[in-house]
Amino acid sequence: MALRTPLYETHLGSGARLTDFGGWDMPLHYGSQLEEHHRVRTAAGMFDVSHMLGIDVAGPGALAFLQRLLANDVAKLDAPGRALYSCMLNPSGGVVDDLVAIMLDPQRYRLVVNAATADKDLAWLRTNAGEFRVTITPRRDLAMIAVQGPQAREAVWAAHPELRAATEGLMPFTATEHGARLIARTGYTGEDGFEIALAAADAPALWQALRAEGVAPCGLAARDTLRLEAGMNLYGNDMTEATSPLESGLGWTVDRKAAERDFVGRPALEAAAPRRALVGLKLLDRGVLRSHMRVTTPAGEGEITSGTFSPTLGFSIALARVPRAGEAGPSVGTEVAVDMRGKPMPARIVKYPFVRHGKALIS
Amino acid sequence: MNLPENLKYTKSHEWVRTETDGTLTIGITDPAQEMLGDVVFVGDVKVGAHLAAGAVAGVVESVKAASDIYAPVTGEVLAFNTALDDSPDQLNEKPYEAWIFRLKPADPAQLATLLDAAGYAAAQE
Repeated sequence: MALRTPLYETHLGSGARLTDFGGWDMPLHYGSQLEEHHRVRTAAGMFDVSHMLGIDVAGPGALAFLQRLLANDVAKLDAPGRALYSCMLNPSGGVVDDLVAIMLDPQRYRLVVNAATADKDLAWLRTNAGEFRVTITPRRDLAMIAVQGPQAREAVWAAHPELRAATEGLMPFTATEHGARLIARTGYTGEDGFEIALAAADAPALWQALRAEGVAPCGLAARDTLRLEAGMNLYGNDMTEATSPLESGLGWTVDRKAAERDFVGRPALEAAAPRRALVGLKLLDRGVLRSHMRVTTPAGEGEITSGTFSPTLGFSIALARVPRAGEAGPSVGTEVAVDMRGKPMPARIVKYPFVRHGKALIS
Repeated sequence: MNLPENLKYTKSHEWVRTETDGTLTIGITDPAQEMLGDVVFVGDVKVGAHLAAGAVAGVVESVKAASDIYAPVTGEVLAFNTALDDSPDQLNEKPYEAWIFRLKPADPAQLATLLDAAGYAAAQE
């Protein structure tokens, strides 16, 4: 049977259309994914992200362990509450998963990992814990609600006034523990907002309180169009165990400044220069770009890793992995052809993110 | 299921209305638009094309997926509803008013192969 989050019954009562996602019964939408998308860009929407797993890594060896397992350097988290986006790599430099690491205190970190990869991640962490003095605790006792949009924070404070003082000063990509809740100013939409981890039993009440403040329930369908407009990778689409972060637009998350930091995957990344790059595409004709469509560029063939219709922009956009044209990589403005149902359709390489904070970044 | 009794249906989720002049008006059913979700593009319909029954007549793309639409019977494509160029979401809002294409059937006897509302509903079970 499919797994269900603590908000499953709540979703049914709200008319959610459900879909299977990584073994979980999750809301796809509650009527219109386009409306949900626009609500997040212009007001506030919320997502049940309880299928994602929080994993606590604690103990005197926590920092050294995470410096070994994560491609980004957790040593950057120099104060409790600071958060970091990172990939976890395999020895060949492929991506085991992408995650957010939050320092709760110097010997205690919370990792937030993808739902479909959670069991694999947990096994990977445990396999590699070896000599490190750490305990690894999956937090399936928690639910997570992402509240996103320009009015998201105000809505949270209206629903729970006691949270205002604790979270008003939170900078982007930081978090704070408030009782049993962990509130992070993070998200996957390109908008402001919070992601709130809390006891599973408390999730329905928070959801209903936010709803009473006008926050729109949003499903995975809107989550996908929002994250793609925001230029954020989706694990399994844009990077996998078979692709390097350096060929997935994630070079900025691979920290090689400390020459002595021997993280898993580093030797493989340094052994070969990346030959492909992730680029943004804008479809110049009507239709919708989809993942796995073939892309023909002047430097050779590539493939779309994520594609959609952009509700904010009104045309189709995509991320595509294409050959690097020399050192500089494929240049913005280059016209390419996408094989759409057997027909070559014109598209242009563009910068991404495509949309941030409600504003179009390309036209 | 919202399935008007005066229409005929295909297993591939088209509805078909026979006009007084014998031509056919074709769209997608309410359950079909519900499955597709928000429609953002309708196209690739070639006016003047001669299509065999079951041949691809065009495409409906929602944010989620692309779905072919088919000729319910053999015939010639007479028209495409160009109003859908600007507002493809009409397929979601009023699926039985927002027609997609018109077809002149080659052999009216083929219409007997189409389903009625009850037959279509049963095919969805």
